[in-house]
Amino acid sequence: MRGDWKFIIKFAVAVLLLLPYSSASRASNQGEGKVDVKEIIFGHLSDAYEWHIAGDAIIHLPCIVYSSESGLKIFMSDKLEGGAEYEGYHIDKESGKIVNAAGVRPFDISITKNVLELFIVCILLCTVILLSARWYRKNGYKKAPGGFIGMIEVVVNFIDKQVAEASIGHGYERFSPYLLTVFMFILTCNLLGLLPIFPGGANLTGNIAVTLTCAITAFIAINAFAPKEYYKSIFWPNVPLALKAIPLMPTIEFIGVFTKPFSLTVRLFANIMAGHIIILSLTSIVFITWQVGPSVGAPMTAVSVAFCIFMNCLELLVAFIQAYVFTILTANFIGLAQHEE
Amino acid sequence: MGLLTPDPGLLFWMVLSFGVVFFLLAKFGFPVIVKALKDRQEFIAQSLLSAKQANEKLASIQAESEALLQNARSRQQDIISEAMAEKQKIVAVAKEQAESEAHRIAAEAAKSIEAAKMEALKDVHDEVAGLALQIAEQVLRTKMEDHAEQKAAIERMLKEL
Repeated sequence: MRGDWKFIIKFAVAVLLLLPYSSASRASNQGEGKVDVKEIIFGHLSDAYEWHIAGDAIIHLPCIVYSSESGLKIFMSDKLEGGAEYEGYHIDKESGKIVNAAGVRPFDISITKNVLELFIVCILLCTVILLSARWYRKNGYKKAPGGFIGMIEVVVNFIDKQVAEASIGHGYERFSPYLLTVFMFILTCNLLGLLPIFPGGANLTGNIAVTLTCAITAFIAINAFAPKEYYKSIFWPNVPLALKAIPLMPTIEFIGVFTKPFSLTVRLFANIMAGHIIILSLTSIVFITWQVGPSVGAPMTAVSVAFCIFMNCLELLVAFIQAYVFTILTANFIGLAQHEE
Repeated sequence: MGLLTPDPGLLFWMVLSFGVVFFLLAKFGFPVIVKALKDRQEFIAQSLLSAKQANEKLASIQAESEALLQNARSRQQDIISEAMAEKQKIVAVAKEQAESEAHRIAAEAAKSIEAAKMEALKDVHDEVAGLALQIAEQVLRTKMEDHAEQKAAIERMLKEL
């Protein structure tokens, strides 16, 4: 029985890995035989009001828009399919966002593909961590967990000791839950982003709104709990008076306060987005070369698959590394702010 | 470019969801796990320490018992030799007593023999005296007729004695 299950799981993974091809082929059909690689890639990278799973399987998501003229409107996204107009709104071809007849965007908090993915990540994360915590509540500290909870324990212990305690030092306990949350959140987003099919495949951490929010929380964690010596070192640093009289150093230090979260935002966003672009580009090679002819397409398909497997492995590594880098940099910034001399 | 401008809708949901997730996990999730790990670490350290202490205690108890055993052995030796000495002393005393008793008994026996002898001698004296008187009587009875006869009678009587 065990062997059967292993086979089924292996088969399912193989099918899942092939699925990007199906969605890409769907996109290619729309362009009358011409593959628009740019559209495939940017269509994936940007948000959408519905979720293509495979072929014609589409999840329509609710749109929630508000404007002062027409008030709050909630409807399903299939009303707007193919550029149709509903309640005075339609999807702008250029930006892919809901606009009204005059081309002005309303306040748009629709449950888009990325938002749904965000909810899935949140529910998954809360379930996993709260269930693990429940295990500890039930079993106490005298018993060591095995299996999945043991894995969670290893990760939690690593972030708590090797990242939080090592980088912040004294008083790290205050920041440990935040760092753990942000690490687990980014890691879950990254890993789900690598799954080519629902409930994964959305480009969450490759979206600047998501990384910006993470960086803003880091900004709050760094600055809101810092002692007054930290602010003194920014606005009245320990440098010759000439550098302070014309506020040269304070200006630089002040800009530095904002460049830290900015770099966090861009690093995570760019790395994950780049990974998605590369995998999609490699997948697109199949369709471009098959347009040239089967003699080119067939060997290049093999090359594409080989490279895709390699890139997926690399992205798996990147998913961990980027979550780790974000966390350890935040921890270091917090440590620097907390122990400013 | 669309990719570089954060979408306000997603930003709104992201702030909301991350806030909720952070609240839940930072309140009910991670502190429990971290505390359990810390407690377990302390528990293990404590256990190691107490195991070490128990080992030390065991070693000291072993040494103590060894010393006790040694002590007991030497005591046993002492007692045995003491008992030996005692035994010899008792035997010697008993011997001495027996000897002196024997002496006393012998002396007493000798004394009683002496007394009996004296008694016997006294009896003999009395008897002799009696006999002498009887002889004298008879001699007197024969009215001293013949000196020769007297002499012979006296000699006969003395012989009879």
